[in-house]
Amino acid sequence: MTKKFGGWTAALLLALHAGAVSAAYQLNLTPGVTKATQIIYDLHNLMMWIILVIFVGVFSVMFWSVYAHRKSQGHKAASFHENTTVELIWTIVPVFILIGMAWPATKSLLDIRNTSSPDMTIKVTGYQWKWGYDYLKGEGEGISFMSQLSTPQDQITGAAPKGEHYLLETDTHVVVPVGKKVRVLTTASDVIHAWFVPALGVKQDAIPGFVRDTWFKAEKEGIYRGQCAELCGKDHGFMPIVVEVVSAEKYSAWVADQKKAMAAAADDPDKKWELADLKARGEKVYAANCVVCHQQNGQGIKGSFPALEGSKIATGPVGAHIDMVLKGKASTAMAAFGKQLSDTEIAAVVTYERNSWGNKTGTVVQPSDVKAARK
Amino acid sequence: MSAVIDNHGHAHGGAHDDHGDHGHHPSGLMRWVTTTNHKDIGTMYLWFSFAMFLVGGVMAMVIRAELFQPGMQIVSPEFFNSMTTYHGLIMVFGAIMPAFVGFANWQIPLMIGAPDMAFPRMNNWSFWLLPPAAILLVSSFLVPGGGAGVGWTMYAPLTTQMGPGMDLTIFAVHLLGMSSIMGSINIITTILNLRAPGMTLMKMPLFVWTWLITAYLLVASMPVLAGAVTMTLTDRHFGTSFFNAAGGGDPVLYQHIFWFFGHPEVYIIAIPAFGVISQVIPAFSRKPLFGYASMVYATSSIAILSFMVWAHHMYVVGMPVAGQLYFMYATMLIAVPTGVKVFNWVATMWKGSLSFETPMLFALGFLFLFTLGGFTGLVLSLTSVDVQLQDTYYVVAHFHYVMVAGALFSAFAGVYFWFPKWTGKMYDETLGKIHFWLSLIFFNITFFVQHFLGLAGMPRRIPDYNLQFVEFNQISSIGAFGFGLSQLLFLYIIIKAIKSGEKAPQLPWDGADTLEWTHLPTPAPYHTFENPPFVK
Ligand code: HEC
Ligand code: HEM
Ligand SMILES: [Cu+2]
Ligand SMILES: [Cu+2]
Repeated sequence: MTKKFGGWTAALLLALHAGAVSAAYQLNLTPGVTKATQIIYDLHNLMMWIILVIFVGVFSVMFWSVYAHRKSQGHKAASFHENTTVELIWTIVPVFILIGMAWPATKSLLDIRNTSSPDMTIKVTGYQWKWGYDYLKGEGEGISFMSQLSTPQDQITGAAPKGEHYLLETDTHVVVPVGKKVRVLTTASDVIHAWFVPALGVKQDAIPGFVRDTWFKAEKEGIYRGQCAELCGKDHGFMPIVVEVVSAEKYSAWVADQKKAMAAAADDPDKKWELADLKARGEKVYAANCVVCHQQNGQGIKGSFPALEGSKIATGPVGAHIDMVLKGKASTAMAAFGKQLSDTEIAAVVTYERNSWGNKTGTVVQPSDVKAARK
Repeated sequence: MSAVIDNHGHAHGGAHDDHGDHGHHPSGLMRWVTTTNHKDIGTMYLWFSFAMFLVGGVMAMVIRAELFQPGMQIVSPEFFNSMTTYHGLIMVFGAIMPAFVGFANWQIPLMIGAPDMAFPRMNNWSFWLLPPAAILLVSSFLVPGGGAGVGWTMYAPLTTQMGPGMDLTIFAVHLLGMSSIMGSINIITTILNLRAPGMTLMKMPLFVWTWLITAYLLVASMPVLAGAVTMTLTDRHFGTSFFNAAGGGDPVLYQHIFWFFGHPEVYIIAIPAFGVISQVIPAFSRKPLFGYASMVYATSSIAILSFMVWAHHMYVVGMPVAGQLYFMYATMLIAVPTGVKVFNWVATMWKGSLSFETPMLFALGFLFLFTLGGFTGLVLSLTSVDVQLQDTYYVVAHFHYVMVAGALFSAFAGVYFWFPKWTGKMYDETLGKIHFWLSLIFFNITFFVQHFLGLAGMPRRIPDYNLQFVEFNQISSIGAFGFGLSQLLFLYIIIKAIKSGEKAPQLPWDGADTLEWTHLPTPAPYHTFENPPFVK
């Protein structure tokens, strides 16, 4: 009997243990790969010990009372109801415990907040619902790209099995060198977002119209994943962050690749386009920037985002259409795309919208038209 | 002052004029629409609150059902966002706050020996503003664009992107605020002016003290919320730019204003709960409350401190380090008076003669779990740790420990405790105990695991998640459905007791010693204390 019981307990413990070590049952903060995460991890553990001690102290008294001072056991109530000494002690002792906690907490905060002398600076811009990255200073200066969810829709709806990095994978990665202090400037173009990567110990709100900063220095190469942490509308749950920490050599190689790709992708702003080519280009721009709101079929989402099929603007005078995309509309989710997209891209997407679904205007907008509208 | 004393006289006469005489008040629906009787109004508050609790609860079930599995199965992301928004708003403003105002209405006059509230007609208005507010909230789902998906905190500038549902919500908040302010003025006046002769402030039952303090918090903080949502309204429609950087405003300003209201708000919810617990624990320990005076001082200091810690909700908006340090220290300081309260409750039980009827069980559940929520609050107060935890499920777990296991459990304790006094009937003790154990177990299944989700980095307010979070989300959802179903048992217990409960004895709890138990028959008649008792 006891043997059997012992066997079961062992099996249970083993199962629990197996559970505890798999990522699925993570029970504590991530120790992370930066000094900051390590500091936070240690401080949190220290707090848990202090709390545990207080908790056991207070509740052993309570449960002792519950056990020993029961009416059903015939316990008679005492009548004391105050004691100045005791009351003073349990007011003053906690103050000292708190000071004991405040000391490491202050130290950790001062360490974490020190953004001085970075090796490189990256600006992160939150958009509904993707992230924009601009490498501002240090090796890689001038690199700039967008990064958005790459999990296929089928996995989200359940039509396809979900991959390991479901919802935590993006089309482009933020690549940074290992062991370098990276300063991150955050801002946003529409509403507040927050750039949150647990393994790097950073969470910083990205606020439209303002620039905030934070930093990290990853000590270990690897891929670290995070998500937007401030409710930013419909697809708040679908704008992940992927940071790839690589060796110095790999980083230099990546920078060189990136520069080449950017030069190749640059459009000739004076090119004259044909309808079919421009529409094909526009379809891509639309898929990357507009589809989340206006939808694949151009029908929008009733009540929130207007349909473009048959819309007055998308079938009316072309000037108003270009303007809407360039400048957006204040106080609505329709952002100004003038800064995010090039003249060619705007020309392409406007052309696409005017010649897709039921829209058959036949207009071809050239990049030069957009350039003129910008003035 | 003399005018108010006059008023005291009138309140007596007024009650008579209104109702002709005791037998002839209007009946049917009109009785409830026109009533100025604090007991009727208290009853309406409590039923309203329970109805809202069910509505908000259904929304919580929708959230947990969607989160039961990764992937989008049941609702769209927009609808999910509106579910979290209205679940939060309805639970806070529709369920918990009105529940405690209901207790205040019933109990304050009975506990201080007053014939009614100081302003009975205003009291009627305070209540009757609530149903229109609830209708506005719920009808936001019916207008184009549907309910606002902005979270109960309604941060700018996301609010400017919402449809007309946002405006309905703003108007609802205005009404709720007016109702709270009117209720608070009434409570303050009643407590300060209508106490029975001999009942000095320091002889008042602690429940009355907690409401006096809460009412001041409400009067000071609700106008701030009204200001914040009004600025949102004008930003949306009248071209102002309070929270719009492009027009010279600042989105973070909204957060400062909101949380200047929001942190006192959490104490508006917690302090009356402390009050109920401070009546229940002594009654079932058959021993006076330990450290009455220090309880009063601790509660007052919590109230004052609560206005000085608001930005601990904003550690990651990008404050200067000095600001972060100040808000961290101030927040940690609140642990001191809160600790005093917990120690006092435990000392009250120490060497008492304890029995464990349902009200006491819920009070002990409160004591244990609220303290746990307080501990996680202390963890969150440390700025550097909060960088990892803010806006994750850890926060969701934290505030449900203080709001559900704290405020809601305390409200259950209060209902079971005073039910015999209000109705003259006893509830079914066995079923009451089952209700407690089910609530306790399912509550912890739902929310304890959310700490782990938060520690592992799962953000809140997301409708879908990575596979690493699956297991704990499933456990949490199962707990939530269990918790939700257990509350239907509560409804059954109450209805059964009203319909066919045994007659309550004059003093069902031998340790209860406040005026409503010692000086009034059970059930309390429609009019009480028309001649004030004399308190030694
Ligand atoms: C975040 C959601 C969102 C995204 C992304 C978005 N839009 Fe819009 N769009 C809106 C909303 C909301 C409106 C309605 C604005 C108003 O109230 O007039 C709108 C309006 C428009 C209109 C005018 C439709 C009409 O008839 O009123 C056009 C054209 C348009 N968008 C094009 C685009 C293009 C092109 C893109 C991609 C480059 C895009 N939108 C991306 C939300 C979005
Ligand atoms: C049946 C019990 C309850 C369950 C299962 C439940 C569940 C939830 C869930 C899943 C969320 C969403 C978390 C997120 O995505 O951020 C939430 C949010 C919230 N809940 Fe509850 N809840 C319950 C009861 C209550 C009660 C009684 C209150 C009372 C005050 C309350 C107050 C809130 C608040 C304020 C929010 C935040 C809303 C927001 O993010 O804007 N909940 N709850
Ligand atoms: Cu977001
Ligand atoms: Cu707070």
